Amino acid sequence: MIQVIAFYLFAVLTVLSGILCVTARNPVHSVLWLILSFFNAAGLMVLVGAEFIAMLLVIVYVGAVAVLFLFVVMMLDIDFAELRSGFAKYAPFGILLVAILAGEIIIGEGAWSAGGLELSRAAPTPEQVPNIQALGILIYTRYLYIFEGAGLVLLVALIGAIVLTHRKRGDVRTQKISDQNKRRPEDAVRKTQPAVGQGVEL
Amino acid sequence: MIGLTHYLTVSAILFVTGVFGIFLNRKNVIIILMAIELILLSVNINLVAFSAYLHDLVGQVFAMFVLTVAAGEAAIGLAILVIYFRGRGTISVEDVNRMKG
Repeated sequence: MIQVIAFYLFAVLTVLSGILCVTARNPVHSVLWLILSFFNAAGLMVLVGAEFIAMLLVIVYVGAVAVLFLFVVMMLDIDFAELRSGFAKYAPFGILLVAILAGEIIIGEGAWSAGGLELSRAAPTPEQVPNIQALGILIYTRYLYIFEGAGLVLLVALIGAIVLTHRKRGDVRTQKISDQNKRRPEDAVRKTQPAVGQGVEL
Repeated sequence: MIGLTHYLTVSAILFVTGVFGIFLNRKNVIIILMAIELILLSVNINLVAFSAYLHDLVGQVFAMFVLTVAAGEAAIGLAILVIYFRGRGTISVEDVNRMKG
């Protein structure tokens, strides 16, 4: 019984905060609704026993992606009122398209529940093994190359984001290591022997 | 009793919400990116639900890869957004025509 209540709680909150995310006036509120949606989706995943994916969702999305969104929203000085001007104009067409899409998905689900295709299992869930351990065994053996590929995707995204946003600024003084290393003593030091009473001119 | 259909319904509603968000906020790239995140989240819910239903872990492995790609896509998308804003002073998608596509 408690699972049913938990499912409906998580499901309703996920969908509701998703809708509020795309309709909120303020983009900061939008990001916060997105975070709530991801939290509740993680709850949904815990309910079916996918703890690792749920934790990953919380860590990756709430910890990284949502904060990234918040940074960008707050960093850029954007007139959000102007950006929302076409809101009412686009809504009818959007609703039409969404209704068609939802209808298609429901028809698909109905066709599937009438008797789906029989597919064999690629990797049956082992008994008596925790979710994370079972996933780890799978990732580091059969899906090792895909896993490495995922790491590569992240590396490319990391370097790409830095390359895209990095810029050389001309108005700041920075340390030039090569110039410092090239400087010889004769460039910098001059030995003089001034007579008594005479100073050294610099 | 909660079945697979319940999960599929939640995921379908979330997917449709994401598509609706793209249509509703045609000018604001940040919200469009967030709507894409919602769509990918619904895909993940689908994958995990089927993984639990079929007692097959591959669904969860692939949910992880979808998560990876979604994170990378958000990072790159926001980086492009930042340089676009730096050059133009606006993020309105309607006057994105620099590449004459």
